[in-house]
Amino acid sequence: MRGAPETMAVLRPKSGAEAVKLYGQQTKAVPLAGGTDFMVLWNLGLLNGRTILDLSGVRDWRKIAAARTGVLVGSLATHAEIGRHPTVRAEFPLLVSACATIGAAQIQNRGTLGGNIANASPAGDTFPSLLVYEAVVRTVSPRGKRKLPISEVFAGVKRTTLGPGELIEAVELPFLDKRPSRRLFRKVGTRLAQAISKTVAAGILRLGKGGVVEDFRFALGSMAPTAVRLTEAESAVVGFKLTPAVVDEACRRLERSVSPIDDIRSTREYRLEVSRNILRSFLEGNQ
Amino acid sequence: MKLKVNGKSRSFAGAPFKRLIEVLREDFGLTGTKEGCGEGECGACTVLVDGEPVNSCLIPVCSVEGRRIETVESLGNPGKLSPLQEAFMERGGAQCGICTPGMLMTATAWIKGGGSAAPGAIRECLAGNLCRCTGYQHIVDSVARAVKGKGGGKRR
Repeated sequence: MRGAPETMAVLRPKSGAEAVKLYGQQTKAVPLAGGTDFMVLWNLGLLNGRTILDLSGVRDWRKIAAARTGVLVGSLATHAEIGRHPTVRAEFPLLVSACATIGAAQIQNRGTLGGNIANASPAGDTFPSLLVYEAVVRTVSPRGKRKLPISEVFAGVKRTTLGPGELIEAVELPFLDKRPSRRLFRKVGTRLAQAISKTVAAGILRLGKGGVVEDFRFALGSMAPTAVRLTEAESAVVGFKLTPAVVDEACRRLERSVSPIDDIRSTREYRLEVSRNILRSFLEGNQ
Repeated sequence: MKLKVNGKSRSFAGAPFKRLIEVLREDFGLTGTKEGCGEGECGACTVLVDGEPVNSCLIPVCSVEGRRIETVESLGNPGKLSPLQEAFMERGGAQCGICTPGMLMTATAWIKGGGSAAPGAIRECLAGNLCRCTGYQHIVDSVARAVKGKGGGKRR
């Protein structure tokens, strides 16, 4: 079985407002952004007969705009465009690193941030960075607009908390108040390019007077049904000096926030051990 | 639907969700572009959309209406190869040839964008193009030669 184009109905809005109207009328339609995940399954003939909401004509959602408080990334901005944007590069380097590890150039030139969020893969490589930066997802539906912290968007494997007819219009990245002392993005896959993550980590840490940790945020992907912040490990670190005992405790607590599985890419044990090692070397300052 | 392919205006009246690779090959007779994996891993189907390499096997044609599409046929022809194609000939960058059109298109975008001749950088630029024959070294050498020759992807 192959993808059969003549079985597909295609809606082609030319603006965000038209997209919301059409999707509100046909909530079973599949919104299509870069299509880098959807088309793989479609090529196998698994998605014939669907109605597609082709978002390629919605130019207003492609923009990336820097403002006083942060950067507003249009949902249809590609990973390549995000990785090239000067303000994103200066202020959100963990997102830039993440964008550079998604597939290779061909995928980065098509895949979009909004599409990836809506697709909600547990292995979405930008999600740990978005969690660390406390991104806010702006949505729009016939019922109005909403702003959702990224941590409240993912509901499970390939499931979001978006309602019927609700589309992602942009992602807000608020500037950090102060520069972190350390930052980390690390993807672990079978090979350097074109691999889906076994585990993927993003973190920032800021040290204050006397080496006391003032801010610590750490998130993992591919380690649970959704990407997660390690809130338990974070609270073991913030307000303390990075003594061996504190680092040990944070690494012990890592497991409380995740639920990795054995699958074709890795095992639960490997994922846990590698993730703990990444967290430990980050806290010890030898990344 | 109006498409811009290799500098020419083309019209397409088939199913809007037909994939770009099939429109190019079946409707426009541009069979230089090959399909490998059909899942965005191998890069054999790479063409340029608005100058950027993309996998034409993952693109419904309706989503590139009005965008500038370039295929391997835009580079050169047997009588007059582009400098990049010449470099592939001289350095043995092609063996079975299936990956070659995709390699050429990704490398063309690299050269046009001012990419360097450093082997590591070329390998990263070609990370989305798999080759099962050459072991890559000859491909990297070919691209480096074209970059150094300031050849660019286009016919001079």
